[in-house]
Amino acid sequence: MRKVFLIISREYLNRVQKKSFLVLTFLLPTLIIGMYASIFLIFKTGDSQLKQIEIIDRSGIFKNEFKNQQNLEFKIINNSLASAKQKLIEQKETFLLFIDSNYAKSGKVEVLSQNKPSLNLVMDIESQMENILQNRRLLAAGIDTSVLNKVKAQVNINAKQISDEGEKNTSIGATAVIGFTSSFLIYMALFIYGAQVMRGVIEEKTNRIVEVIVSSVKPFQLMLGKILGIGAVGLTQFLLWIVLSTSLMSAASYVLVNDGENIKDKIIQKTNQNNGYKQANETSPNQITDMLNATDTIDFGYIITCFLFYFIGGYLIYSALFAAVGSAVDNETETQQFMLPITLPLIFTFIIGVNLIVNNPNSALAFWLSIIPFTSPVAMMIRIPFGVPAWQLALSVTLLIVGFLFTTWVASRIYRVGILMYGKKTSYKELVKWFFYKE
Amino acid sequence: MLSIHNISKQYAQHTALNKVSIEVKSGQIFGLLGPNGAGKTSLIRIINQITAPDKGEIYFNGQKLNQSHISQIGYLPEERGLYKKMDIGEQMIYLARLKGLSRADATSKIKYWFTKMEMEGWWKKKVEDLSKGMQQKVQFIAAVMHQPDLIILDEPFSGFDPVNAEIIKNEILTLQRNGSNIIISTHRMESVETLCQHIVILNKGHKILDGNIHHIRNSYRNGSFRIVLNKPLREISFNDFDIIGWVALNENYQFTIKLKNNATINQALMALIPLAQIIGIEEFIPSMNDIFIEKVNQNTPVYAKSVFNN
Repeated sequence: MRKVFLIISREYLNRVQKKSFLVLTFLLPTLIIGMYASIFLIFKTGDSQLKQIEIIDRSGIFKNEFKNQQNLEFKIINNSLASAKQKLIEQKETFLLFIDSNYAKSGKVEVLSQNKPSLNLVMDIESQMENILQNRRLLAAGIDTSVLNKVKAQVNINAKQISDEGEKNTSIGATAVIGFTSSFLIYMALFIYGAQVMRGVIEEKTNRIVEVIVSSVKPFQLMLGKILGIGAVGLTQFLLWIVLSTSLMSAASYVLVNDGENIKDKIIQKTNQNNGYKQANETSPNQITDMLNATDTIDFGYIITCFLFYFIGGYLIYSALFAAVGSAVDNETETQQFMLPITLPLIFTFIIGVNLIVNNPNSALAFWLSIIPFTSPVAMMIRIPFGVPAWQLALSVTLLIVGFLFTTWVASRIYRVGILMYGKKTSYKELVKWFFYKE
Repeated sequence: MLSIHNISKQYAQHTALNKVSIEVKSGQIFGLLGPNGAGKTSLIRIINQITAPDKGEIYFNGQKLNQSHISQIGYLPEERGLYKKMDIGEQMIYLARLKGLSRADATSKIKYWFTKMEMEGWWKKKVEDLSKGMQQKVQFIAAVMHQPDLIILDEPFSGFDPVNAEIIKNEILTLQRNGSNIIISTHRMESVETLCQHIVILNKGHKILDGNIHHIRNSYRNGSFRIVLNKPLREISFNDFDIIGWVALNENYQFTIKLKNNATINQALMALIPLAQIIGIEEFIPSMNDIFIEKVNQNTPVYAKSVFNN
């Protein structure tokens, strides 16, 4: 055991001290936070300034129908286009909306300004104009607006989960996003760290140091040490990412929003405001706000625990197989023929998972994929945020543990022979033969 | 100190070792010889407990070979290498600790060897920055630094220039004087002759020769001598010896003679002295190389021989 620990610490320290590890560990959260911060800054600063929009409506359709928004002020002017244009040059924050007299036929609308208008601004104007036109056409068809307002239905299902603790608000959107993200992370991690194990084994084999080491430790101890060492590197990386992301996130929101509001509230406010100009005082829940609210109801502790378990379990299964592949070849280019059958279940589950499991997390296919050890780390993580019956989770966890013990046993029997075989092109038949060699 | 009893090892259809028994006595440098594929590496791996034999037992200092003996064996494999990107000092400490040494103990032992081999500045270097010969030196130290009872060296001189090969040879002799038992496996017969006291030749999984190197070489003596004379001896036949061949050496002539029946070299010389001046005389003792080739060829199995005959 002392020797396994020695191997683990070498594998671990050697990798953690590498520059590439540090760069990846610190760069990724910074990039993510940077992305969030820039989105926030766009929301916060981009639209807070009041913008004047002068309207020259030659068609007479839109007249006074435009409604002022928080940051938009509409003003109908009767100047000529030329004089209005002249005025634009003096005023930076003013936009000129020019509607052609023949609008009904040509559909020609222009926004003139000194600064380029933001996408939001254009979308706001478009949406208002569409609304006005729609109302006019309905009226023309003999439907009264008051009738229309009564008829207008807005359905938004508020999904609630009933559990022992009472009802919980859930959002299908948020659940799907969390399930998908964690499953994707596991999928990527299995490949990245599994490949590291394989490369480590090939390195030791081509270096020819392996024979020196197995004269001191058993091949199984070497394989185990390598797998656990690299697994610890993966865990460290994930934990650092979680810690760095959350602390950077709270630091960023503290710096950016000092009046106590947070990015989430800001986004809710923003989307409500976009929504709200139609039904002035009515705050209707929409999908985005719902999703953000629902993140509060998701049990992150439970999900992170499951995530770590399925990451470790899946990693142990796949890294053992990757180690066996590494031991069977002399260099990385020869790994192709053995890699396909190993990676196929993962890729299959991931593709299936994205399309089918998210849509129907309790289907028979989803059930089986989340029970079979080779696919469960990816499949189960999609299902977990939707809620999985305890017995299914227990079965999946048990089978994953049994699965990794079994694959490690199989892999180690191939590994112990493979690492000492040089310059031989290996076939599947050969691997089976190695498996049956006596100690 | 090492008793190998009836070891057999089978790989699928191929028999690597067939009932091989070897006794390595204390204080010896033991030569394990044989052509490629004879089973040497299989046997060495079994002694190192890298693989286990199908049949047979090994006793290490009277105890049945077990995991506790790993720290008492040092192994320099034929196919050897080091981690390319790791500091040499750290790497040596790692290998020593895998053999059971503590960090402090490993550090002091490695420092001792680095000083001895004039490698003090290498501690922080990476293996990829060393020449092949330098790497071989590091590997040699890795095999012997933990003062093992038994040192197994597989082709220890490959990759060394003559100067460094001499240094390693002297280190091996020093280790022997300090009480280590050494097994050398090599194809270089001249180093076998200068280093080994006892040899075993394996061929196709069987032991075909086992004995003290001097006894073996003596047993292959057949009464042949090389005699250098200042005159040619032509068309003369002698009672006590046959002339097998001769060559001209500058102004002199070297004859290879073989004594007949029970004749002694003195009788041969008495016959020659009146005829020419004797410049030099040397008994022709077959080299290990000759013995090796003869032994291995005569053991060519029947099926292989029939191929040649047809």
